[in-house]
Amino acid sequence: MAMPARLAEIVEEFADLPAELRLEALLDYSRRVPPLPERLAGHRDAMEQVPECQTPFFLATELDEGDRVTIHFDAPPEAPTTRGFAGILSEGLNGATAAEVLAVPNGFYTALGLDRVISPLRLRGISAILGRLKRQVGVQAEARSAGATPSQ
Amino acid sequence: MTTAAELDPAPKLGDYAHPERLVTTAWLADHLDDPNLVVAESDEDVLLYETGHIPGAVKIDWHLDLNDPVERDYVTGEGFARLLSSKGIGRHTTIVFYGDNFNWWAAYALWVSTLFGHHDVRLLDGGRQKWVEEGRPMTTEVPSREPADYPVVDRDDTVIRVFRDQVLQHVRFGGRLVDVRSPGEYSGELLAMPDYPQEGALRGGHIPGAANVPWKRAANEDGTFKSADDLRAIYQGELGLGANDDIVAYCRIGERSSHTWFVLSQLLGFHHVRNYDGSWVEWGNSVRVPIERSSEPGPDPRLKAVG
Repeated sequence: MAMPARLAEIVEEFADLPAELRLEALLDYSRRVPPLPERLAGHRDAMEQVPECQTPFFLATELDEGDRVTIHFDAPPEAPTTRGFAGILSEGLNGATAAEVLAVPNGFYTALGLDRVISPLRLRGISAILGRLKRQVGVQAEARSAGATPSQ
Repeated sequence: MTTAAELDPAPKLGDYAHPERLVTTAWLADHLDDPNLVVAESDEDVLLYETGHIPGAVKIDWHLDLNDPVERDYVTGEGFARLLSSKGIGRHTTIVFYGDNFNWWAAYALWVSTLFGHHDVRLLDGGRQKWVEEGRPMTTEVPSREPADYPVVDRDDTVIRVFRDQVLQHVRFGGRLVDVRSPGEYSGELLAMPDYPQEGALRGGHIPGAANVPWKRAANEDGTFKSADDLRAIYQGELGLGANDDIVAYCRIGERSSHTWFVLSQLLGFHHVRNYDGSWVEWGNSVRVPIERSSEPGPDPRLKAVG
């Protein structure tokens, strides 16, 4: 599977765990969501909501000069499962290039082996987060290659 | 022989038909150490319990613990006995359920426990939200309870549960139905709750004849249930339901309608209330079942049945 090295490692880490420890690992990632930078904290209007997450969940993406992606997540503490997804994507994708992010298979999360412990509806949240962040990165990468100033 | 926990004497609860089915946060705080009482958390978010829960509470997950992992059904009597034994719950233990999201899944867990005839099941009025907002103690420590010996009891699906073909009959005979989803789901404009994935059913709308009373009308903003008078005004006054009516409640997958089932059967004391847990995800995917796609209950279903 074409995935940035760190994301591939995380997937492997989950897959190697016995099923009963996978939730614990997800909880661990829920604690590893970096805090929002000052310019985004409290500014949800500058971020994109992911309504599929069943909880107020927002994301924003940035491309630096070297085409590397930074993703910011705003996920409430009372939704640790969704926060856990954010932690995985944050650690797995931050610093990857736009091309690498766009190449992540949409169904990569099935390899985490969470389907037995998390209901299908809960799992759809993670695919929606990935879908929306890939769309944002795609728009910015395209704008850049066209020589225009990215709008987000 | 241990005895069941005493009842919460709060005056608000005394106005309900079955005050023994609810406890207040203040009462629970004083009874956490009761030897024959187990607090159980059931949440929408599968990890919420791990971030902190009421001291001594065990976790019962609707998806992992109460549903069969393969078929769309609940666990068997053996499975339920195994689950409760492992949580240190015996047949005569008082279970107090609470959870996130206005106690949806706590009400669902209570309803499933009632299928197995567990006698003393109660809900924490206001659920997790109220307990947290009142600044009451939370812990991440998972209790190690002595396993109990819960007997294997067959599930009784005939009294408070109803299946699709029975609902079809119910519709043909003009039985009362309460659709507790949001108005957009009821009219067919949406296939799931607003902001939830629009997936799960191929058709939108409601079961013909069903009245729309969103579950949340029964709740206050702090997560507690409305007073008995307020509830009567909605379900008896506005809707005209009677204590002896044969009533079916449904939603999308049966959790929000467990909340309304609790209100109608336990708080108002209606005698024949069944939860259709197949709900819209089953009905809206079924071939050749009647659907009403509008914001009105629809024509008298008895007329349709003639033709």
